[in-house]
Amino acid sequence: MSSDLATPGVWTRAQRASVERLHIRLESFLVLVALSALMAVLSPYFLSFSNLLNILLATSTIGILAIAATFVIGSGGLDLSLGSVMGLSGVVGAFVAVNLGAPSVLGVIACILAGGIAGYINGQLVTRAFVPAFIVTLGMLGLARGLALVISGGRVIYGLPEFMLYLGQGRPFGVPMPVIIFVATAFIAHCVLAYTHFGRHTLALGDSEGAARAAGIRVERQRRMLYTLSGALAGLAGLLFSARINSGDPTAGLNYELTAITAAIIGGTNLFGGRGSILGTMIGALIMGVLQNGLNLLAVQSYYQQMAIGAVLILAVFIDQYQVRKESRV
Amino acid sequence: MTLLKLEGIRKSFGAIDVLHGVDLAVKAGEVVGLVGDNGAGKSTLMKTITGIYQADAGSITFDGRGILDLDPGERRRLGIEMIYQDLSLARQQDVSSNIFLGREPTRKLFGLFPFVDKAAMDRQAAQMIERLNAHLPSINRAVGSFSGGQQQTVAIARALTFNPKLVIMDEPTAALAVREVQSVLDLIRRLKSEGIAVILISHRLNDVLSVTDRIVVLRHGRAEADLVTGKTNMSEVVSRIVGGGDMAAAASHEARG
Repeated sequence: MSSDLATPGVWTRAQRASVERLHIRLESFLVLVALSALMAVLSPYFLSFSNLLNILLATSTIGILAIAATFVIGSGGLDLSLGSVMGLSGVVGAFVAVNLGAPSVLGVIACILAGGIAGYINGQLVTRAFVPAFIVTLGMLGLARGLALVISGGRVIYGLPEFMLYLGQGRPFGVPMPVIIFVATAFIAHCVLAYTHFGRHTLALGDSEGAARAAGIRVERQRRMLYTLSGALAGLAGLLFSARINSGDPTAGLNYELTAITAAIIGGTNLFGGRGSILGTMIGALIMGVLQNGLNLLAVQSYYQQMAIGAVLILAVFIDQYQVRKESRV
Repeated sequence: MTLLKLEGIRKSFGAIDVLHGVDLAVKAGEVVGLVGDNGAGKSTLMKTITGIYQADAGSITFDGRGILDLDPGERRRLGIEMIYQDLSLARQQDVSSNIFLGREPTRKLFGLFPFVDKAAMDRQAAQMIERLNAHLPSINRAVGSFSGGQQQTVAIARALTFNPKLVIMDEPTAALAVREVQSVLDLIRRLKSEGIAVILISHRLNDVLSVTDRIVVLRHGRAEADLVTGKTNMSEVVSRIVGGGDMAAAASHEARG
């Protein structure tokens, strides 16, 4: 589709084909480059190696949530509970490892399992109880956050065991572990979304549920798997975040769904489903990371950062819809 | 040889009874027209055959086995294809993604991971389009950007790629230009010559009379009449559809249309 490219006329057919095959939107890549150039000019620290690693580290949590958002939104669904489920998972993992004194491995499993169960419940409610995804996951946003506060007694659970800490703070070859896990997750997610039955059926389902059903795809089962996957990825994000700050914080991930969904939309995921790519989402997540990092370096208050993210989300959807309208007029 | 046999099919949606015990049989290589007024239950009946709807009562046998317990994907694998009136295409996906939707060929990466073989899909899709003597702007474009006739080509190619035994067509000519209508009718004759059974739902009785072997009239959720096309005519079909009454006026109207 021509909306995937900024200036179709300038490109030869072969170049267009190769860009389209990468499943990315050229505009978002240009925005990332322009934003980075701007930050580099405004702050001498921006381009330092340690700051670039910082950006990647900060992006790793948001990026994993954005991968989850890409799958769910690409299928025509929505998961507003990402941030809360991430917070709940971190608390559950810390509770299991610290308060129950279980081995680290069980703490890790508990994080991802807690997220997966929350997502599974979302999926069951959406497909069996016929409650709209918007309401189910909005409800889960409150439920998960509340449960995290109940389990932790409203306090931060400190002092994770060593192996869990390593996942958040270890630096093999100088690269932070969360970054390594994030990149590996993104690579696997890209392969799954672009090259497997599961991924292709996810986008087909978001494109036209009727077509998917007529083609014999088990629509409800696919949706349940998608919400479960989304929750499990939120659990992984919760694990990495807790491990990095060495604690299970019941308020972790507050408003992160906003940033994650924004990253996915900027990356070219169609808000109404049917189109999405992990590479695009990664660029979207990096834009959000660079934006936050740059605003930090420029000592802009975090209140304004929240406003900036909200504005970017609306702007990204506006541009997408503007292009769709322009195309349908032709 | 009977390929498809429906007996006593019933279906209701809440308080509304749509099908009240429909019987229907289709032989291999036979072209059966299914006609009836709006709301007679034609599309509902067809969707109970493909498995989109579950029949409340009755039995459906295909190729000698009961298929009521099978889901739409399993029924497709047995050789039942349907071209829906709305075409049921994924408009943001390209041609081969639509043709192979739900049945994408895979190859093992590192002998382990089944990856969808997009190159093979594109190749076979192009062959299929060529076999249909159809022309598309590009098979790598989203099908939503195609014209109605081109989208229909994709829907037909999807129905024929996996060697079906029965193809159900729901109003395939309703939205087409005159030349495109002829090519759909030619296609139906070709399917018949290859031994593929066709059920054709259409309001265009001239089309139905010209390509079918039999015409089944559905009225108020029942099979009202089962007519041999060679031994009937427009006015008899129309009178069965409207249920007697002022059939002369209706028939002359149809003959003009």
